[in-house]
Amino acid sequence: MELKTLTFIVVGLTFALYIGIAIWARARTTGDFYVAGKGIHPVANGMATAADWMSAASFISMAGLIAFLGYGGSVFLMGWTGGYVLLAMLLAPYLRKFGKYTVPEFVGDRYYSQTARIVAVICLIVASVTYVIGQMRGIGVAFSRFMEVEFSTGLFTGMAIVFVYAVLGGMKGITYTQIAQYCVLIFAYTVPAVFISLNLTGDPIPQLALGATMADGSGLHLLEKLDLIVTDLGFKEYSTASNGNMLNMFLYTFSLMIGTAGLPHVIIRFFTVPKVRDARYSAGWALVFIAILYTTAPAVGAMARLNLMETIQIGPVGSPEGNLLISETPEWMDRWATTGLLAWEDKNGDGRIQYYDEAGMGERAAEYGWKGNEMTKVDRDIMVLANPEIAGLPNWVIALVAAGGIAAALSTAAGLLLAIASAISHDLLKGVFRPDISEKQELMASRVAMAFAIGVAAYFGLNPPGFAAQVVALAFGLAASSIFPVLMLGIFDKRANSSGAIAGMLVGLGVTLLYIFWFKGWFFIPGTNMAPNDAAHWILGISPEAFGAVGAAFNFATAFFVSRATAAPPEHIQHLVEDIRVPRGAVASASDH
Amino acid sequence: MSTPQDKSPAEYWKRNLRLMIILLSIWFVVSYLFGIILVTPLNAISLGGYPLGFWFAQQGSMYVFVVLIFVYAKKMNALDKEFDVHED
Repeated sequence: MELKTLTFIVVGLTFALYIGIAIWARARTTGDFYVAGKGIHPVANGMATAADWMSAASFISMAGLIAFLGYGGSVFLMGWTGGYVLLAMLLAPYLRKFGKYTVPEFVGDRYYSQTARIVAVICLIVASVTYVIGQMRGIGVAFSRFMEVEFSTGLFTGMAIVFVYAVLGGMKGITYTQIAQYCVLIFAYTVPAVFISLNLTGDPIPQLALGATMADGSGLHLLEKLDLIVTDLGFKEYSTASNGNMLNMFLYTFSLMIGTAGLPHVIIRFFTVPKVRDARYSAGWALVFIAILYTTAPAVGAMARLNLMETIQIGPVGSPEGNLLISETPEWMDRWATTGLLAWEDKNGDGRIQYYDEAGMGERAAEYGWKGNEMTKVDRDIMVLANPEIAGLPNWVIALVAAGGIAAALSTAAGLLLAIASAISHDLLKGVFRPDISEKQELMASRVAMAFAIGVAAYFGLNPPGFAAQVVALAFGLAASSIFPVLMLGIFDKRANSSGAIAGMLVGLGVTLLYIFWFKGWFFIPGTNMAPNDAAHWILGISPEAFGAVGAAFNFATAFFVSRATAAPPEHIQHLVEDIRVPRGAVASASDH
Repeated sequence: MSTPQDKSPAEYWKRNLRLMIILLSIWFVVSYLFGIILVTPLNAISLGGYPLGFWFAQQGSMYVFVVLIFVYAKKMNALDKEFDVHED
């Protein structure tokens, strides 16, 4: 069967499944809509959290970035998993004990201030919308590929589907659908990885194959071979290439970790388990399900890079017959070329493609008669989707990967939209401005908010400030610098008061946004940046994606010192903090005073 | 000083913090120390076809993270019982 038809069938079937579940479990009350009535088992919740969490950035984009960054890509791997350790120990059990629906609600009650709650809503919206922008980019890539259309057409189609999907459901629909989505996406991710691992090394387990010996008889380990190939073409050595300097690697990882623990759509998950005990285990189960994909990803990245290099460099470097003939480009290259995300150009007119790093290659390129790198566009975000095609796997595997990528993007976009919608309808409208609105009106407001967020995200999805995983990294930096510190202080520092929290959030979010916009352009509008976005201009070599950790430090310091310079929180708040530290008993309501 | 019989909320909180500090130290060592700061010297050692530092950064740290969360959950649930603050 033709690949396109097959992909439509596989994607269509998985969709029918999700929509079926969403309708079956349609939300009827606001409690169901936000947190599924707090009745979800920890393993089920862990699996749903994993699907919610692993977005287009993890599924589609991350392994592609690792493929080109090599060792430097480790920041995503450690950063996006290590945050769960922080979440499990520092936040999840206490927020569950507190027992409210949303993050701003916690902030508002703990800091006994509507202003604090509104500031938290703003932080949440900024971080979540940035995150949705990253998702939209991934959705655009996946849809444009499987429909074989231009990127923008793919993006608009995906947008429409996300809208219908998120608005129909609510948390309960989403929780059960996300379990189905997890199964689809993990199957779609690991099956091609197993095939490719077998092809290259004879070892079917990707986590072991990455450290195994090549099956091509060269006797080299896979990583050694990859290092040889890439350095021969002027690229940095795969297993040691760093992502900026050591400080940047450190802060980048740290930003992603505390961002994970501060992202509202992940935290909200821990409100849905029945007990504090379950909240602790839920984080563990979530990480188990996430780690299955995350420990496979480095193998996928390395093997995709190896296969890509060998597709184009078919013989010895420098020999006239060593490069791929343009007339013989494999089908997958032609298919991806239609999306505009892959492009090549015969600069030296020899009818063949040379793919190398111009700076790293230096004089040698001219000796070979090469006139510049001819792979003019290799979008990092296509690598995972193209990987099974590059490896020549059967069509059903390729179709499956497209379905998995779409599942990943949809589940996260829906979870985020829900967090945005609940912040606006529940925290702003019901909580602050119109406490008397009916449940029905609240649901309607949240749906309008979702539609608006999708529109904004789609606009930026067309003009993205980076690859999906990089945009998502920015969102984590924003969550890290604004939300995480006040949540943590709210639990661990009884002395933290409302003035401290408000000042901390504003300073943290402010400096981080400033740093990002300074190098990426105001509101990501191209050309409005104040300085070139490169390591030479960054302060101490810290990239905008890594700055969230610095913003968080500002937030912590501000909140700590302002709290101590102003009056202590009222006594009932101090009791509330003591209550949330132990699992048993009711939490004294902040309004009972 | 607290006695072993001390069942106060303050003592419960202290024990919780102590456990957290131990586990977070391990968290820091496997990721930031082995995966980033000491990656170059560790890469001189190999683990099969993996340079060791690279392995910690792209595989090992994640396995340890999973174990840390389960250890924390198990120990805390035991601590809840010991201090009689567990839910029903």
